[in-house]
Amino acid sequence: MVKTVFSIGLSTGENLVIKKNRLEGTGGHGKGKKVAIVTGIHGDELEGQYVCYEMVRRIKERPELLNGVVDVYPALNPVGITVANRMIPKLDMDMNRMFPGDENGTSFERVAAAIVQDLAGADLCIDVHASNRFVKEIPQVRLCEEFSEKLISYARHMNVDMIWTNATETVHEATLAHAMNSMGVPTLVVEMGLGMRVNRSYGRQVAEGIFNLLYELGIWKERPKHIQYPVLSTDGEVEFIRADCSGVFIPAIEHSHFVKKGDKIGEIITPVEGKVEREIVAKKDGLVFTLREYPMVSKGALLARILTDIKTKEGE
Amino acid sequence: MFAEDIYTLSTPYREDMSVKGYHFGKGEQSACIIGPMRGKGVQQMYICSQLVKTLKELESNGCICSGREVMVIPVVNSYSMNIGTNFFGVEGEDINSQFPGRTYGDTAEQIAAAVFNRIKDYSFGIQLTAFHMTGESVPHIRMVENGYQNSSLANLFGLPFVVVKKAKPIDTKTLNYNWQSMQTAAFSLYTDSNEKVSVKSAKQALAAILRFLTRMGIIRYESHSGYISHVLKEKDLTAVHTMCGGIFRRKAKVGQDIRYGDAMAEIIDPYRGNTKETILAPTDGIVFFAHSESLIAEGDLAYYLVHRLHE
Ligand SMILES: [Zn+2]
Repeated sequence: MVKTVFSIGLSTGENLVIKKNRLEGTGGHGKGKKVAIVTGIHGDELEGQYVCYEMVRRIKERPELLNGVVDVYPALNPVGITVANRMIPKLDMDMNRMFPGDENGTSFERVAAAIVQDLAGADLCIDVHASNRFVKEIPQVRLCEEFSEKLISYARHMNVDMIWTNATETVHEATLAHAMNSMGVPTLVVEMGLGMRVNRSYGRQVAEGIFNLLYELGIWKERPKHIQYPVLSTDGEVEFIRADCSGVFIPAIEHSHFVKKGDKIGEIITPVEGKVEREIVAKKDGLVFTLREYPMVSKGALLARILTDIKTKEGE
Repeated sequence: MFAEDIYTLSTPYREDMSVKGYHFGKGEQSACIIGPMRGKGVQQMYICSQLVKTLKELESNGCICSGREVMVIPVVNSYSMNIGTNFFGVEGEDINSQFPGRTYGDTAEQIAAAVFNRIKDYSFGIQLTAFHMTGESVPHIRMVENGYQNSSLANLFGLPFVVVKKAKPIDTKTLNYNWQSMQTAAFSLYTDSNEKVSVKSAKQALAAILRFLTRMGIIRYESHSGYISHVLKEKDLTAVHTMCGGIFRRKAKVGQDIRYGDAMAEIIDPYRGNTKETILAPTDGIVFFAHSESLIAEGDLAYYLVHRLHE
């Protein structure tokens, strides 16, 4: 059943409304657990739209397999999503720097506080992000070190390619995940794909992973068949490749492929001169899990990230 | 005066962006004044430009104290100035949340690192800045409380208010916070304007900076004594939020004295024209900050008041 979580008046003939779909299984109450799936904090990240769709569709198809509650929040920044704005439009602020919010604060601090309050009491929360418009990512769970020990036991069932601990972007204390984890609601951050796009196969992979996790928690009765277990990594094993000049980046490899030391990753060209300004070469062997999609680069722009020193955890 | 290129960024289709520092006097790195990192901070850039002009005159009259050196960086993010955006580059990064920066990080982190490395050894740091929310405030000095802040030095600007703000996690990446962590006495100066030049408050800000530099023995300049600053904590400001959204018609102005129950603003129904809400002053006080746009949403901050204590 679609419910309104929070509503607050905008200036002209409209309320800002946060909605969720509460899915209650017919498979008995079992352990009575509640899992929340949230997405759309960043309005330019749409991969979670497909994950939400898959979750709702499949649970509606087989409600007898669910013995608990799944709450799906498809758009935490509804105005941002509508205009493909990563930030909160008008305020130009990153919503994922506003948690836990303030119920007596400004409009969006109240929105943030209402979301946190609504999620409190969940047994698990999964916050689905996509990459931005600039780089493409493989499906991964990002954990901050503070909570990693507890979260890794959930994250490994998520059918993602990789778990990255202490990735700088998720370390931030004002994120939804940090606020929820601090309150004792285990919260996983999923990253995948590309901004402003939906990659259906990634979406299905992650949805499958969420069902697998629901199964592990004892609230979904059917174990998904083909689950893979992720590579675990920390910042030390991730090699960042950045542009050291400005120009147009043309990749020479495919995303999510292995490279060897010395392999060409791409080049930065200058169209007006018709020449190659820089050749970008891998300094280590590994998996290119991040690759630049948006061609214009300035000095410092992220071109690729390589996961080195890969230890696959097989035979689970 | 001599000009220095602190950081230069090349891009394929625009001229280089160069962050320029203007130096006055010779000797110990005494004071650094830095302008906007957001592209809409025209007022702050204007104040810096006036400061460069004044310091150049003072220098040619021998009024920079011997052994003292001052640097002014009028603008950091000139690329965004020219395209009317606040944030830097295609990624839209806020340079003022990248400090201390990383030499091998993203473009915005590299800019922050280059600027920070150049300015971190100054004894006094003054940053001209503005609120993130759109609105006007009484001119004041703001500093983040992180154990190093010195609010009694902030009084020497002679502005009406000094506000001490408790550091939130997000503040740890600002210039002010990082300057203080490097033992620079850092002050953020706010005026009542941002995107538009307000000549009157720019003059007040310029006078405050010159007064401070004089009192610290860095320049010789005749200035009147200014205000005796009222030091307050940000949490002690009274926030006045709206109960509904609509067209915001402001009555109370920044700096105005108001009494409990005064009508400070009206919110007009944007379709029917009737008054949906009259915002009444919840306390006696002075208007410290006022929302300045014509539209407002439910829950938005209309005003901050400084609660007045009765003698
Ligand atoms: Zn995101």
